[in-house]
Amino acid sequence: MSVVLELKDVDVFYGDFQALFNVSFAVEEGMTFAFIGANGGGKSTLLRTIAGLQRPASGHVLFHGEPVDQFPAHKRVGMGIALVPEGRRVFPSLTVRENLLMGAYGGRKGDWNVESVVELFPLLKPLLKRGAGSLSGGEQQAMAIGRALMSNPELLLLDEVSLGLAPVVIKRIYEAMVQLVGSGHTIVVVEQDVGHVLTVSDYVACFLEGRISLEGKPADLSSEAITAAYFGM
Amino acid sequence: MVWANVTLQGILLGGLYALFATGLALVFGVMRMVNLAHGDLGILAAFVALFIVQSLGLPLLWATVLTIAIMFLLGYVLQRGLLNFTLGTDDTRPIVVTFGLSIIIQNALILKFSADSQGLDAGTIENISVKVSDQLSIGWFPLIVFLVAVGVIAVLELFLARAKLGRAFRATSDDREAAELMGINNKHIYSLAMAIALAIVAVAGVLLAIRTTFDPTQGSFRLIYAFEAVIMGGMGSMWGTLAGGIILGVAQTVGTQAFGAGWGLVVGHVVFLTVLAVKPSGFFAKTVTA
Repeated sequence: MSVVLELKDVDVFYGDFQALFNVSFAVEEGMTFAFIGANGGGKSTLLRTIAGLQRPASGHVLFHGEPVDQFPAHKRVGMGIALVPEGRRVFPSLTVRENLLMGAYGGRKGDWNVESVVELFPLLKPLLKRGAGSLSGGEQQAMAIGRALMSNPELLLLDEVSLGLAPVVIKRIYEAMVQLVGSGHTIVVVEQDVGHVLTVSDYVACFLEGRISLEGKPADLSSEAITAAYFGM
Repeated sequence: MVWANVTLQGILLGGLYALFATGLALVFGVMRMVNLAHGDLGILAAFVALFIVQSLGLPLLWATVLTIAIMFLLGYVLQRGLLNFTLGTDDTRPIVVTFGLSIIIQNALILKFSADSQGLDAGTIENISVKVSDQLSIGWFPLIVFLVAVGVIAVLELFLARAKLGRAFRATSDDREAAELMGINNKHIYSLAMAIALAIVAVAGVLLAIRTTFDPTQGSFRLIYAFEAVIMGGMGSMWGTLAGGIILGVAQTVGTQAFGAGWGLVVGHVVFLTVLAVKPSGFFAKTVTA
């Protein structure tokens, strides 16, 4: 298995505040890599750094072995890195179809189009002409994932996709995630809610105050160890 | 019949105001930036056209086309090279910088062209009119200005609604960072928006220069009228801006007719302030996202 994404000794700051300390890990192709941890642990910062919205003060982000530090976010999309941001960040004044088409703006080649996204999330079909601002949280989340897929990514970054959603919607989104890995995508997912994410991930790392406090395959980690790493006890 | 005539003149005048205001509204809509040099850039375009006609001897129509192209390029370079750096952290920075730009443009124009009033001559078209009835006639030139305004706004609305790039403008306006995650370089989008805004204000500047005399200090007045049109029309709607321009134009011509010369501007401002007090979001505002 080839390594798709690698971080080497990454430090990230917001002004004087250090959000990530010396973070290193590698994600192999076709893998679902999960980051768990409490609020403020640095998980979202990590995904923003991979997507290019945040620059590391030191250390490197490598994509297929090449450093991508000098590329801004809008260039990384074209390389195959797509982020579904925290809070969904839909374009409220655009219709659902227009939102999806925005995902294809970069013109990267691949199999994803409006039809295949609707196939993955059939709930979007009757909503295509609706304004995205009028959708429910779950509908917006499905659309936001679909919008990211429209860029035909190799690496999909999902930030808190289950936050604030009904259990039935969360279930559907996690099923979709398994389908996506089956079709060759590599996924990095960030969650506060540990339960679901452990069932779909191949590898899990727990974030505590900007550092990885525990990592391993879900089967090898006891729930006591996870709780301890999660809360720093 | 006098009032019908006055109202009609006001409506046509409103087209010119809307043309000045459209670029201002576009720039504010896409990047939430207030360009205080917008009026001066329109006047700059009028002087560019005047210079091309006088020193290169080109006919006015070709000079206008060339001026639009020059202003388009200037808009892109100005945004990419200067104004983009003022955006982001602090809303007052673009205001201060464009205010300075306004002063620089005015004084540069005075240095080069003096403070004298100038005019662009479009020939007979300026003076012929079409007779609607015995007491009512419409000048061809004001009518053309109005139709140009409607045409420009229609094309711009169509571009924003249908074109891929227009969609990118709206997405960037909604959420800059999310748009970046779609592969949009917002610096490029902002620069294109400014380029389009200045191309439109170039049309407005040349038409103003044909309609009346102009001098380097006129930009500030144009900016105020443009602001009034945009705010009365409501943010986010170009047709609203046209409506705002018409309201202002009619208020001014009716005011002049009712109270005498000089009062038109006062009535225009009073109507604007009334609208601002009664309906601060304007008449046709679309929901503006934070």
